Amino acid sequence: MNTEIPGIVLMYLAVVILALPLGRYIGKIFCHEKTWSDCIFNPVDKLFYKLGGINPATEMNWKKHLAALLSINLVWFLIAMFVLTNMSWLPLNPDHNPSMSADLAFNTAISFVTNTNLQHYSGETGLSYLGQLSLMLWQFISAGCGIAIAGVVFMAMKERNAGKLGNFYCLFVRSCTRILFPLAVVLSLLLLFNGTPMTFKGKTLMTSLQGDSVAVSRGPVAAFVAIKQLGTNGGGFFGPNSTHPLENPSYFTNILETVAIFLIPIAMVFALGYVLKRRKLAWTIFVVMTVGFLLLLIPTVVNEMNGNPAITRMGIGQPMGSIEGKEVRFGPAASAYWAINTTVTSNGSVNAMHDSLTPLSGMNALLGMMVNCFYGGVGVGFLNFYIFIILAVFISGLMVGRTPEFLGKKIEAKEMKIAMIIALLHPFLILTGTAMSSFLYAHAPETYAGWLNNPGYHGFSEMLYEFSSASANNGSGFEGLGDNTPFWNIACGIVMLVARYLPIIGPVAIAGSLAAKKYVPESAGTLKTDTATFGLMTFAVIAIVAALSFFPALALGPIAEYFSIY
Amino acid sequence: MKTNIFPAIRLTLVCLVFFSGVYTLMIWGAAQLAPNNGEGELLNANEKTCYANVGQKFTQDNYFWSRPSAVDYNAAGAGGSNKGPSNPAYLNDVQARIDTFLVHNPGVSRAEIPSDLVTASGSGLDPHISRQAAVIQVKRIARVRGIAEGNIQQLILSNTEKPLLGLFGTERINVLRLNIALDNLK
Repeated sequence: MNTEIPGIVLMYLAVVILALPLGRYIGKIFCHEKTWSDCIFNPVDKLFYKLGGINPATEMNWKKHLAALLSINLVWFLIAMFVLTNMSWLPLNPDHNPSMSADLAFNTAISFVTNTNLQHYSGETGLSYLGQLSLMLWQFISAGCGIAIAGVVFMAMKERNAGKLGNFYCLFVRSCTRILFPLAVVLSLLLLFNGTPMTFKGKTLMTSLQGDSVAVSRGPVAAFVAIKQLGTNGGGFFGPNSTHPLENPSYFTNILETVAIFLIPIAMVFALGYVLKRRKLAWTIFVVMTVGFLLLLIPTVVNEMNGNPAITRMGIGQPMGSIEGKEVRFGPAASAYWAINTTVTSNGSVNAMHDSLTPLSGMNALLGMMVNCFYGGVGVGFLNFYIFIILAVFISGLMVGRTPEFLGKKIEAKEMKIAMIIALLHPFLILTGTAMSSFLYAHAPETYAGWLNNPGYHGFSEMLYEFSSASANNGSGFEGLGDNTPFWNIACGIVMLVARYLPIIGPVAIAGSLAAKKYVPESAGTLKTDTATFGLMTFAVIAIVAALSFFPALALGPIAEYFSIY
Repeated sequence: MKTNIFPAIRLTLVCLVFFSGVYTLMIWGAAQLAPNNGEGELLNANEKTCYANVGQKFTQDNYFWSRPSAVDYNAAGAGGSNKGPSNPAYLNDVQARIDTFLVHNPGVSRAEIPSDLVTASGSGLDPHISRQAAVIQVKRIARVRGIAEGNIQQLILSNTEKPLLGLFGTERINVLRLNIALDNLK
């Protein structure tokens, strides 16, 4: 008679069923094949190219792709900084919210341009509607940027493709208009007609039934929430994100929003299969990702449904499991499901407060971000997985004593060096960041007393989580952390910046360099990359890199906390 | 660099117009056809207009209590407690809420209290409580209001929101709707 488990099974089945056709569609967009949307978007895209001064037919090599990506991202950062530091006098500010301080604007601008959406402010009080709409722009185009660059890597992986990688601007515009835009329109309309507001009116004053007077914040929420979920952005309109009853009013909208988290990340895997005409490879990757996802998901659902043992000891019942920080309309299973969805992709929206998750659930959320490639963020999630494939190919090659090859291209020292740097960058950023903040806190607990909302092991987890979230470009948080201080704003800003662009540059460089190499036809001795054995190998590489780098830190935080209350 | 910067600026401006402008206006236009012009789900209670799904504070003995809130049901600055499961100060708070509840509801045993009634939600605006949380408040309300317990039980039954299609999600009760129905029960 439990109706919570069927709810999450439904959400997962729905997303896979929708992702299959969407993956084909994305593949067609990358390959410039005919689709149903051509009649609408051919003229729209032409207008984009014309007004943008772009010739979409110009071929670019991988270096030109990167130059185009980095310069447009710089422009975005500068515009975002301007808007955020000048909101108070700009239009669309009915609640008279102030402009951001420089360090907070630095953090927020980077956060949204890098598709992270870490928020050291609360939407109701920290942003005008103009600020919200400008952030919504980055939610579209930073996601489009990730999809486009994944498209470049797909093209580079094609057999006998000597450096023909298309035009970055063209791929970018097509990703935004033909993939993100139609999905966002459909989702926002569904949300709108199910109780999510879409208005430009400011706060309204109401009297509660009991007679208290309350101000209720609202705004153009429906449009914002749709793209926040679809583009693995995750930055909420309101402070508490999708726990807020106006951002996520019912179990039905919760299903829609949860499906939207996974939709494009999973579709990207099938798009790869379509572009390369290697469906079996796509399914192998999908299965590895799914196994990783389930290994994190199942214990989390069980833990949350079982409740908090410290509360059990008080002698009360926990029929809804651990419900601190959760909403009754979603329940513990759907909240645990969302928590893992949002952390394995780099989404970072929440429908329950992660700070209040039971210890091992918090650890699984952390692990989702530390691995960061079980589905992963739109576009970039696949790039992270690509790095692990390269590592697995190399190690397997050594084991059988042959020069490692991937899809007919030899992997040599240069590619391996890049792959290793990228694989180690993520643990490096997380662990040094956490070490630095722990050092500061431990040596001057009075100065930094405002940082931690919880004592002991859990306080350490709050800092570890913040840097994991920044480095995974995730954006969720153990929100008890008092993170609107210059230290956290600047440190997380730098981490997000490095963790966004280097893991884009690395895989693109590898793919570009492989594409230029001579194609070696498959022979009996070729390592097959679409088999269960190779899938297992990739999984082992991921598990070893994540476990060896992060286990000590996890032992100090969530694991220690677990043993203190169980 | 220069070959990239100008198209980047121009393309960004086009995107700004399209995604922040055209897209927003499209959805806002559609909102004018939605219930309440896209302002969300409103309802009228005793000549007061309220958001049906934004939770309200209920602490008086003649109403069903809503869940504790870390922000005291401030709908202009929502948020959760962000307390970790092992935090001793937090566990003391929960203990205190249990004690308060027992004082106001004599005859209810500790084991009957469901945890949603003594823990804060993520938004601090949770409009719902579980059915169990409503049922254990019946005695108190019957006594304070002088209504038969059976009538109140009936009210709970008719205000229970079933899981989606009866199959997916949780069973719950909207506290505001329940309390409005309670006021209308004469």
